[in-house]
Amino acid sequence: MAGPYETHEYDVIVIGAGGAGLRAAVEASAQGVKTALICKSLLGKAHTVMAEGGIAAAMGNIYPEDNWKVHFRDTMRGGKLLNNWRMAQIHAQEAPARVLELEEWGALFDRTPDGRILQRDFGGHRYARLAHVGDRTGLEMIRTLQQHAVHKGIDVYMECTIARLLKDGDRVAGAFGYWRESGRFVAFTAKAVVLATGGIGKAWKITSNSWEYTGDGIAMALDAGADLIDMEMVQFHPTGMVWPPSVRGILVTEGVRGDGGTLKNSEGKRFMFNYIPEFFKAETAETEKEADAWYEDKKNRRTPDLLPRDEVARAINAEVKAGRGTPHGGVFLDIASRRSADYIQKRLPSMYHQFKELAGVDITKEPMEVGPTCHYVMGGVRVDADTTATTVPGLFAAGEVAAGLHGANRLGGNSLSDLLVFGRRAGLYAAEYAKKFTGAVKAGVDQLASVEHELLTPFNHHGGENPYSIHMDLQECMQNLVGIIRTESDLKKALGEIARLKQRLTRASVEGHRQYNPGWHLAMDLHALLEVAETCTLSAIERKESRGGHTRDDYPKADPSFGKINLVTRKKNGALSITPEPLPEMPGELKQLIEEQK
Amino acid sequence: MAGRQFIMQVWRGDAAKGSFQEYRVPAAEGMVLLDVIHAIQATQAGDLAVRWNCKAGKCGSCSAEINGKPRLMCMTRMNSLNTDEPITVAPMKSFPLIRDLVTDVSFNFEMAKRVPAFKPRPKGPDGTHRMQQEDIDRVQEFHKCIECFLCQNVCHVIRDHEDNKKHFAGPRLFVRYAALEMHPLDTNDRRELLKDKMGLGYCNITKCCSEVCPEHIKITDNAIIPLKERVVDEFYDPLARWLRKLTAKGS
Amino acid sequence: MSSDSVAIGNARTLRRDAWWLQPVLTVAGLTAFIVYTTWAALVNEHYYLAPYLSPFYSPCLSSTCRHVTWALFDWPFSPAILILWAPAGFRVTCYYYRKAYYRSFWFSPPACAVRDGHATYTGETRFPLLVQNLHRYFFYVATLVVLFLWWDAILAFRFSAGGGGYEFGMGVGTLVLLANAALLSLYSFSCHSCRHLCGGGLNLLSEAPFRYKLWLKISRLNEHHMLYAWISLAGVMLADLYVRLLSMGYITDLRIF
Ligand SMILES: Cc1cc2nc3c(=O)[nH]c(=O)nc-3n(C[C@H](O)[C@H](O)[C@H](O)COP(=O)(O)OP(=O)(O)OC[C@H]3O[C@@H](n4cnc5c(N)ncnc54)[C@H](O)[C@@H]3O)c2cc1C
Ligand code: SF4
Ligand code: SF4
Ligand code: FES
Ligand code: FES
Repeated sequence: MAGPYETHEYDVIVIGAGGAGLRAAVEASAQGVKTALICKSLLGKAHTVMAEGGIAAAMGNIYPEDNWKVHFRDTMRGGKLLNNWRMAQIHAQEAPARVLELEEWGALFDRTPDGRILQRDFGGHRYARLAHVGDRTGLEMIRTLQQHAVHKGIDVYMECTIARLLKDGDRVAGAFGYWRESGRFVAFTAKAVVLATGGIGKAWKITSNSWEYTGDGIAMALDAGADLIDMEMVQFHPTGMVWPPSVRGILVTEGVRGDGGTLKNSEGKRFMFNYIPEFFKAETAETEKEADAWYEDKKNRRTPDLLPRDEVARAINAEVKAGRGTPHGGVFLDIASRRSADYIQKRLPSMYHQFKELAGVDITKEPMEVGPTCHYVMGGVRVDADTTATTVPGLFAAGEVAAGLHGANRLGGNSLSDLLVFGRRAGLYAAEYAKKFTGAVKAGVDQLASVEHELLTPFNHHGGENPYSIHMDLQECMQNLVGIIRTESDLKKALGEIARLKQRLTRASVEGHRQYNPGWHLAMDLHALLEVAETCTLSAIERKESRGGHTRDDYPKADPSFGKINLVTRKKNGALSITPEPLPEMPGELKQLIEEQK
Repeated sequence: MAGRQFIMQVWRGDAAKGSFQEYRVPAAEGMVLLDVIHAIQATQAGDLAVRWNCKAGKCGSCSAEINGKPRLMCMTRMNSLNTDEPITVAPMKSFPLIRDLVTDVSFNFEMAKRVPAFKPRPKGPDGTHRMQQEDIDRVQEFHKCIECFLCQNVCHVIRDHEDNKKHFAGPRLFVRYAALEMHPLDTNDRRELLKDKMGLGYCNITKCCSEVCPEHIKITDNAIIPLKERVVDEFYDPLARWLRKLTAKGS
Repeated sequence: MSSDSVAIGNARTLRRDAWWLQPVLTVAGLTAFIVYTTWAALVNEHYYLAPYLSPFYSPCLSSTCRHVTWALFDWPFSPAILILWAPAGFRVTCYYYRKAYYRSFWFSPPACAVRDGHATYTGETRFPLLVQNLHRYFFYVATLVVLFLWWDAILAFRFSAGGGGYEFGMGVGTLVLLANAALLSLYSFSCHSCRHLCGGGLNLLSEAPFRYKLWLKISRLNEHHMLYAWISLAGVMLADLYVRLLSMGYITDLRIF
């Protein structure tokens, strides 16, 4: 029963309604083009809502010394210089204006005594730089954008999952998906498409990410012919909950450490002092006394508890392996003995609740147990730094789905600012592209019959594979074989396993009918998830060094020659290829910024 | 707790028909109700419809009625319930059922569209808005709302009187209106709208919304009653009106 | 495997806890108070034993009073009637009591997620319930009454000494009247209208530092408004009872000094 399908025509469609998608849609519609916003969940439930700590922007409200150059430098160094320098520059320069703009739309950040936006400390940022609202910054941001978008009258398609991009020759011409509620298919034609679908964390077992993070956008872009880069770069956040099992992986914000919490092993020692890498020696405190002095005056060298996330995650991993972990296989994060109960409740209300209600732990009295959790993918769709255009004409990407800004490791708070800065640019340039586009939009609807058939196959199998089991097996595989510490043999094993899972997916079967059927939705999402898992593993095999989010036990050192390349993933005639390509050359004056000011 | 099982009565069905179905799920330490639902999905009923995202009480997706009480599934620890008896899990009652535990909450989004937008006063001389923490504390409480719509669901004004949906915005939206009305920068006045079109007067301050709010927003005390008082200022307080006229400068 | 096919919409509630307990207690408490007060206000005797005046009869505005606070006119009926409408109106329109009686007397709703007892519902949008909006006027009057109760409490320090003179002293009754005035003040000043008038109505609290501080204080009291509503209710009833029993001679007042 192919077609005719419910069809909608737009100038620009934005797929994904997190911070990046919303900001893009707001901008596109402000440019006067007909815009639609499409998302898998209800409006306002995207991942962005979960972000806790804050938005990084060098406004200099606390430290006037702060400016875009320092922010740029921190971002580059945090990313182990694998970043796209131009993106890092634009990001650092535009973030403050984007934050102030949120205020103009009704957001209320915590204030300084003189009435400006209060900024907090986070790992890898030289100065207190994160605009925040307690520990629910993402909520403030998404609500503000959501309400602004609604008032601008942008059409929103909620609980509508896009399964494939539509093409007209080389260029993108729309998208095809289904209403989750009814299971009916729907097609969108558009002159330009913005991808803002977020990450891939649901491929791992211990993860802070939700069911939405199945890498749909990355897989769709790849299928549509776009380049991906840095797919091996996955961030494991050092502090996720570890106990009880049902909450394993839920995030514990870095704000806990920014506000005074420290990491301790089972012997009660602040072990981070043993894990300060050469690269950050000059700017990191060496003794507990020096580290504590930093909390009082940020001109002192900072505590190693707030080294970039990759460093801290590896350190925790090593402590646990060495037998100095907590009973449940984590380490202790202690703020109770260092800050008053009042202070903790005021600064970290939702952490307080989270532990109280889910783990029965009172963080004002006891230490938390924490361990690494899969959190963010630095890799993704390759984009042009200024316009966010992908390598496919008409296709733009912003937010976590796009790659380049964060290099090998993302600093906390740099994602929310990324969403605002590049979300806006995506909307702007997509609108511009749509305005310039004059031809007829022909989204070859003939492509759809086969897609429909493919999507519906799970209903035709009976007693086949359970999609939930396939998903669990994939998570197990990625957790064990493509986790924080990787080796070539593990990675190869993972490839074999992924291939078997792909086979199993072709035999997946679901029960019931098409109306709001999560089993069926998962079966469709698994297509993307297996594809991104595979690209991640393939890239990880190729990067024979350790850098940022990618650590190889068999190549434990950073290799300068790998520091000059991105690994590019392409798909041609169904086959994936990984190609090393040189990073864009950074201008001398920016290079200098990174070297000096140590 | 090895070998223990939870006995679950989960609502299965759609707008046309449905019933509670019993499932048995092995107990594990620290489980929340959403884990149990996921376990049912993964092993016994792959098509069991349920909404969720964050599993940490941050997104407000997983609202349901557990043993008759409106709550978030992801924040309901199993050991807080009496698990010797079967546990009933039903969808929110006030919204049309789509399937199983999923309801059509579009009423709330429609009402949100009708809220007159935030309209800030001009920026200060330095090109930014200076605001004092004491001016925003109140509003920040309202901004904690995760739009779980549990308050809308429990509010008897629409829960038991469907016809009121035409002219009653509901507690979630009152929280939103309060956030705008008390916003230190906003210049819109929504009081007449609240009185005439949004049904503020339908609320009889019986506080069920406050009881169920997972964010512990004091909806009735801090949002609705202050709004009612502001409406009184404008429409039901002749003395205040007269005083305002008296003290109004010029004209 | 399936249990009885009940439409969820038809069940009155799926709650299993004792949701009916609270409405039952509320009805019991309020009914007891109303019955006692009506009787005490209508009997028109035993409301004064020097130096204690029952709060139900204060301020006593009729020249027929056993203890005249302020003689406005001759009133043939119980002087309590002249004054009780004010605190009664204050309590009837009080945001807390509204909740209490809408729930427990009117079943609208009896408890959360339990079906409303009525087929149609218009809330407070029409007369007579529209009158609830006048709550702040009752607040003004009730505050005046509270001032008089403080005055009575002060007078309760003045005992007659031999020879028509007075002496300063304190009895248990003095403490009772002081406590009563204090509890009623807590109740009145934790009122939502009061909170609004003191500062809640402002958008820029930082520009009115005094009202901001006042508002903060009253907001803190306001959190316990329900508690104050009940203990002040019990308090005023016990104060009346104490004076009544004294004046009926069932008990004698203990002089502390
Ligand atoms: C717990 C947690 C805390 C965090 N804290 C911080 C922090 O403090 N600071 C910071 O900077 N970053 C933080 N991050 C990271 C940051 O929140 C995310 O990286 C960021 O929100 C991603 O935004 P996005 O707009 O790219 O995507 P998302 O907000 O994830 O939105 C993705 C959107 O795409 C839609 N979508 C996906 N696939 C499809 C499809 N196939 N069809 C249709 N729609 C689709 C989804 O429905 C959703 O609307 C945190 C992340 C987590 C998980
Ligand atoms: S207090 Fe008002 S808004 Fe809240 S549940 Fe009761 S009637 Fe509804
Ligand atoms: S006010 Fe509370 S109960 Fe209502 S939608 Fe918001 S968070 Fe949920
Ligand atoms: S899943 Fe997000 S609130 Fe329960
Ligand atoms: S007296 Fe209760 S609210 Fe005013």
